[in-house]
Amino acid sequence: MKRFISLAVASVAISFVVASAAIFSSIAGAQAQDVRIAMLVKSLGNGFFDAANKGGLEAAAELGNVKLIFTAPTAPTAEGQIEIINNLTAQNVDAIVISANDPTALIPATQRAMARGITVISFDSGIAQEGRKMQLNPSNNELIGIKQIQMASDAAGGSGEIAILSATAQATNQNIWIEEMRKELAKPNRSSLKLVDVVFGDDQSDKSYQEAQGLFARFPDLKVIIAPTTVGIAAAAQAVRDEKRVGKVFVTGLGLPSEMAGHVDSGAVKSFAIWNPIDLGYTATYAAYQISQGKATSEPGASIPVGRMGTLSIGATGEAAMAEPFTYDASNVNDFKDIF
Amino acid sequence: MTIDPDTERYSIPDKAKWSAWTIFQTWEVILLALLVLVFIINSNASPYFLNVYNLADATFNFSEKAIIALPMALVIIMRDIDISVASIIALCSMLMGVGAEAGIGVPGLITIGMVGGLVAGGFNGFLVTGLGLPAIVVTIGTFTLFRGIAYVVLGDGAVTTYPEGLRFFGQGYVFGLIPFEFILFLVLAAIFGVILHYTVIGCRIYAIGNNPIAAKFTGIPVDRYRFAAFCLVGLMAGLAAVLLTSRIGSTRPNIAMGWELEIITMVVLGGVNILGGSGTIPGVVIAVLLVGMVTFGFGLLNVPGIIMTVFIGALLIITISIPILIQRLRDRARVRAQQAEAGKD
Repeated sequence: MKRFISLAVASVAISFVVASAAIFSSIAGAQAQDVRIAMLVKSLGNGFFDAANKGGLEAAAELGNVKLIFTAPTAPTAEGQIEIINNLTAQNVDAIVISANDPTALIPATQRAMARGITVISFDSGIAQEGRKMQLNPSNNELIGIKQIQMASDAAGGSGEIAILSATAQATNQNIWIEEMRKELAKPNRSSLKLVDVVFGDDQSDKSYQEAQGLFARFPDLKVIIAPTTVGIAAAAQAVRDEKRVGKVFVTGLGLPSEMAGHVDSGAVKSFAIWNPIDLGYTATYAAYQISQGKATSEPGASIPVGRMGTLSIGATGEAAMAEPFTYDASNVNDFKDIF
Repeated sequence: MTIDPDTERYSIPDKAKWSAWTIFQTWEVILLALLVLVFIINSNASPYFLNVYNLADATFNFSEKAIIALPMALVIIMRDIDISVASIIALCSMLMGVGAEAGIGVPGLITIGMVGGLVAGGFNGFLVTGLGLPAIVVTIGTFTLFRGIAYVVLGDGAVTTYPEGLRFFGQGYVFGLIPFEFILFLVLAAIFGVILHYTVIGCRIYAIGNNPIAAKFTGIPVDRYRFAAFCLVGLMAGLAAVLLTSRIGSTRPNIAMGWELEIITMVVLGGVNILGGSGTIPGVVIAVLLVGMVTFGFGLLNVPGIIMTVFIGALLIITISIPILIQRLRDRARVRAQQAEAGKD
């Protein structure tokens, strides 16, 4: 009886393993001479990273002899990523491009990978400086500030009153961007744009909505609301539609195409910006290739050519900014709304 | 070995009679054969598999889970289960993080982690034995509770400032090759193996698993044993928290998310009956290596984690259900045979 059970279980298990061997051999078809670049992201099933993968594949196809390995842990945890980094290190891949679940926890694993000659760079969500060769930021603060003023100027027709609807008053990145916007507004060619107020919606839809209504009441001539936060921009656009101010007040800022497509269609939003994840994946993969193949270095001050995205300049802490945020308007928002 | 109490004379040998054929048929040997098979397949599938350094490093990925699998085997043999182990890790790691931020040294942090685990395990044990609640219900509750506390304390932040001296436990090597964690697991496995298979305590654990009521009437303090087993699981989860925190040098509330299923998979695959009463430590150890090597092999081929989970889940279902299904078929066949016998008369 017991024998029978054991044998039956064993035979099932063995056939299971053998079946998986078939999967193994079909996957293991990679050519040894290919440059193997692994893109390790936070988790699978995230539209943002699927788009980054698309960009990575585009770079791989363009470079020719690159095999892109797209992978992520089941749960978005640091230890899940560490296990994958260890496995990639064991395979001696040429480069690993990581969007990290933790800026410090991955350091021991990535340092071991780098000690074996693997190029490690981070993108999107970075690893601390000692754990990677380069961090690719989607953009930099100055570019984000300039971009939003540019879009506001376009929507206002070059002159008029504008207001900013931010997240919380303490939010570090929003405050930096607002500072950059003020700098841009101080330039002579922006003198006809007048910043009338900065209000805070605390990244809550209802509070942001009320703050937008307050702006309409206090500034009847208001032409543009800039919301450098995805919550604020959607709430402000909704307020513009509900208060029937479409065409009089335009909303712009940083938003997600999936949330903003309807507002663009309604006319409340002419254009908005966010980093393009496809370009980000493309640039990260391209840069990893260049560094791992010795065609570029990631020393501070160096520059790395990255195909159609131009050239990356490495800053003092090994960070590089990709480009100004990508603009979405009626012409392209519907292509991206299903992606992220 | 058959025992027929109805015959006048019968004997219960202390050990089963040794025979090559019965040894060959044990679950452990089958697992071992599977392990060899996995080694062969992996070596053929990936040129990076059969490399001493890679194999030694691969043990990092499962040593902490394996350490919890040992006491978990005892708990499951005694008909209980503990779903909250991964949450205990999160809780202990959070406590260590708070301690580290308060400037406590390495011995203090290790004590905090392990005592925290012991207390959490004791809490589970109290609810199960003291209040008489089902283990699965209790530990589903504490599964949320323990990690919830970590979320409340840490929020979306993280603790990353651990003293340098803590690193060895999770990142250190013995003889420059074998990770300390893995050596620790082997030592603990030997201790658990001796206790379960060569002491009165082990004998009583099987007695409780096979028939708790009979065990009670023979004078075994059943609830005390079960309580102790929960404490032991908690303690080992605390130890795993120390190792994991040391290995990644960082604490987030989502640390060790989902580990409980992998740990229970290792135990059940190791031949421990999910309904209690049987199972061996050598079986669990081989199953740990088997799961570890299958996962490593998949990892080397960059199979996405989700497919790995599906594979492990399927393996678990098959291991649990096949013996039960076959038992049912055999019962039916026997009933039919008896009916046929009766019909002849």
